[in-house]
Amino acid sequence: MTPELSESQRPSDWGGLSLSVEQVELRFGGIRALRGVSFAARAGEITAVIGPNGAGKTSVFNTISGFYRPASGRVLLGSDDITDTPVYGRAGLGLARTFQNIALFHGLSVLENIKLGGHHLMRSGLMSSLLYSKRAQNEELALRAEIERRVIDFLEIDHIRHKPVDALSYGLQKRVELARALAMRPRVLLLDEPVAGMNREETEDMARFILDVQEDWGVTVLLVEHDMGMVMDISSHVVVLNFGEVIASGPPAEVRRHPEVIRAYLGAEAEVAEEAVA
Amino acid sequence: MRTGVFHENFAAEEQLWDSSTARRWMLAFTAALFALPLYGSDYVLAMTCIIGIHVIATLGLNITTGSTGQISLAHAAFMGVGCYTVAWLAKHGIPFFIALPAAGMLAALIGVLVGLPSLRVKGLYLAIATLAAHFILTFIFREWEPVTGGVQGTSIPRARLFGFELVGDRANFYLIFGCAFLMALAVRNLARTHIGRAFIAVRDRDISAEILGVSLLRTKLLAFALGAFYAGVAGGLLGYFYGSITPEYFVLTLSIFYLAAIIVGGSTVLGSILGAMFMTFVPELLRLTSHVSSQWFPGIAALLLPMGQIVFGVLIIVFLIFEPRGLSAVWARVRRTFHVWPFKT
Amino acid sequence: MNAPALYELLEYSLIGLLSGGVLALIALSFVLVYKGTGVVNFAVGEVMMLGAYLYYTGNVLFGLSPVPAFVLSLLLIALLAVLIERLVLRPLAGQSAVSVLMATIGMASILHGVVESFWGSDTYSVPPLLPRRPLNFSEVMIPGTAIGNFAVAAALIIAFILFFRYSKTGIAMRATASDPVTACTLGINIRFAQRLTWVLSGGVGTVAGVLIASSANLSPLLAAAALSAFAVIILGGLDSILGAIVASLIIGWIDAVTAGYLGGKARDVVPYVVVLAILVVRPYGIFGTRTIERL
Repeated sequence: MTPELSESQRPSDWGGLSLSVEQVELRFGGIRALRGVSFAARAGEITAVIGPNGAGKTSVFNTISGFYRPASGRVLLGSDDITDTPVYGRAGLGLARTFQNIALFHGLSVLENIKLGGHHLMRSGLMSSLLYSKRAQNEELALRAEIERRVIDFLEIDHIRHKPVDALSYGLQKRVELARALAMRPRVLLLDEPVAGMNREETEDMARFILDVQEDWGVTVLLVEHDMGMVMDISSHVVVLNFGEVIASGPPAEVRRHPEVIRAYLGAEAEVAEEAVA
Repeated sequence: MRTGVFHENFAAEEQLWDSSTARRWMLAFTAALFALPLYGSDYVLAMTCIIGIHVIATLGLNITTGSTGQISLAHAAFMGVGCYTVAWLAKHGIPFFIALPAAGMLAALIGVLVGLPSLRVKGLYLAIATLAAHFILTFIFREWEPVTGGVQGTSIPRARLFGFELVGDRANFYLIFGCAFLMALAVRNLARTHIGRAFIAVRDRDISAEILGVSLLRTKLLAFALGAFYAGVAGGLLGYFYGSITPEYFVLTLSIFYLAAIIVGGSTVLGSILGAMFMTFVPELLRLTSHVSSQWFPGIAALLLPMGQIVFGVLIIVFLIFEPRGLSAVWARVRRTFHVWPFKT
Repeated sequence: MNAPALYELLEYSLIGLLSGGVLALIALSFVLVYKGTGVVNFAVGEVMMLGAYLYYTGNVLFGLSPVPAFVLSLLLIALLAVLIERLVLRPLAGQSAVSVLMATIGMASILHGVVESFWGSDTYSVPPLLPRRPLNFSEVMIPGTAIGNFAVAAALIIAFILFFRYSKTGIAMRATASDPVTACTLGINIRFAQRLTWVLSGGVGTVAGVLIASSANLSPLLAAAALSAFAVIILGGLDSILGAIVASLIIGWIDAVTAGYLGGKARDVVPYVVVLAILVVRPYGIFGTRTIERL
């Protein structure tokens, strides 16, 4: 009999929440990194945030994660205002995230890194842990079982589970980071450039995993990405940032033809060329 | 993984000694250690007692610094807190199985206070904060005469068990050995749970750890508290073993000694044991060398302490450069060769 | 406050402010290396101490006059700095800041041991370098050494500020400090710049050590003066020379005033209490830059 963790296990029981930022204003000294940014990621859907380098995409993510405090504005998870929630408190509310530059713990193996995703679910206290009491043991085994079943099999990383993360290729490290985020039982998943530096095949694999996560588990996905092909393929909603402002948002097909967007990426000449062609 | 070892469920894989061979080795080692007083000379017995005390202290520093990355130079001072607490409690008739934990708890409490700056600062700042704490605590050891006996030091009544006084190396050996065994097991258990993983996460990438729901505040303070607890217990055992103590024992060099131990040994439990053993042998070796060579170089004994300081520093630097994961990594490499035998890798 | 008490306070305050000059040198020694190479040098006090002992050896044991003795100790410390950079820091490049810090802790231990091995732990006296005649303003007496030390320290600090501002080498060093890769592509010899940083740091430390030794005395406890300097560094911010100057005046003042009113024993413990207080209240110091981590 596999021991069970505290709450309900089936992914469909804890579906995605919506995530919205309202009028977020972020300043570093005199620089306005984000100017009155507002957008919403609908529950259970994939939303992409795109924009040229320096547009403020990672700043938005860091604000949603709680590392940056906005000068004004709010961050809402579902209907809860989490603007003042400390960073470590947001995990328990269902917010998970991966990083642009991989942020795995190199002192731990793949499995241990993923287990840390389940950290906020663990309830054993200090004494139980020191004694490795039945309670602590059962909790650990339940976590292990859940991770193996839901995450490791799902992301096809069973063959590397005991390897030190430093020994893995870049693509696999990114997958382990995704696995760790999934182990958090996320309701909203923030993916910061999930396919950066990947080749065609790895990108397709990752895209498939992201789609599966959203479809099977109903998790809300918010991703920052530069790979336009992937963005257009998998997202249902796209938000475009430039110089800290939202310049367009809507379905992918609409956004890619938006004149502001073209101008932001390609410059004014391209817009003229588009018009000439159209 | 040893060749020929297969697990059929997760529980089996999570065990500490996961094969019958490992279990047998462990049992043999434990039995040999248990029977040491029967066949070991007095010198060996006394050395093992000292090693045991150092192992406990090193385990503690490995929690604070090795696993969680919080540099602490106050470890010697925490030991002092434990030692003087035990001295005071024992004088008031408190038996050792209450006095030792109490000493640990008091040291842990002070450890939390010392660790408070770690919430706002890292690295150098934290090292300096712990340095400041060291000097303040040793100042108290020297000046608070009614409790600590001041510069003269104080005597510590021997531990008592059901009216029997634990006098002599043999009795103290079992006390120390028992404590060391339990406390090493506790650390090993911790490493298997989310708390142990959180320590390493905070050391490697505290930003990521926070995202995952790890409270940096609680984790860092816990690392200090546990580390100090272990140091306090080690200090208390030191007191029972020596029977008397002066503040001169708890100097900064001792903290550096333990830092060298965790670097030389590595941040695992085995690393703590290896590091403590190695570091105990080094001053002994120096002492023997100076004793032998004092025929040709009279007065070399005075050089003992500074030579020790040089050697500790050199060990720290050499291991950091060439073997940053310590002797436990070397041991693991050697072991792997034996485990996968007859295969090569 | 009545007149004698006021004069007493004034005397302690002035002495304190003046002694802040030497503290500023020690802090400068630290800040140079931190700004120049990003390394946190825990051994700053021990380098200073070794420099002072070398000067003592040249001046007293070999009978050299002050200037050659000083130059000799500077050269040897420079050599040590180069050795440190080559043998310890270069192999550790790329390891975590914690590892490098522990390496400098190891270095401090080695230097301390070396000093005690060669020269023993007795206290020696060094002939005074600067005039000892005290200055008297009515009721207030300031020892000549305090003024002399301060004057030397101030001159040296001003020289450094000018050096970094206006000289080619100084600007090259600043470039290396802020972005070694770019500096390298611009043709700056970053190895040389970093080594020079260590050499200058060692030199400044030696000056401080010699000043302290010649105005007080010489013993292995000299390294402990660096602990007050750590208080200065923390208060002033790790990477701010201006902060180091201001902070050293403040710490010097606190040190002298508490020593004057509370006596010698308090001197053992007060700087550390101050350090802890600063760390709890304002950890990045008055002028230090609060690092915004780019994620």
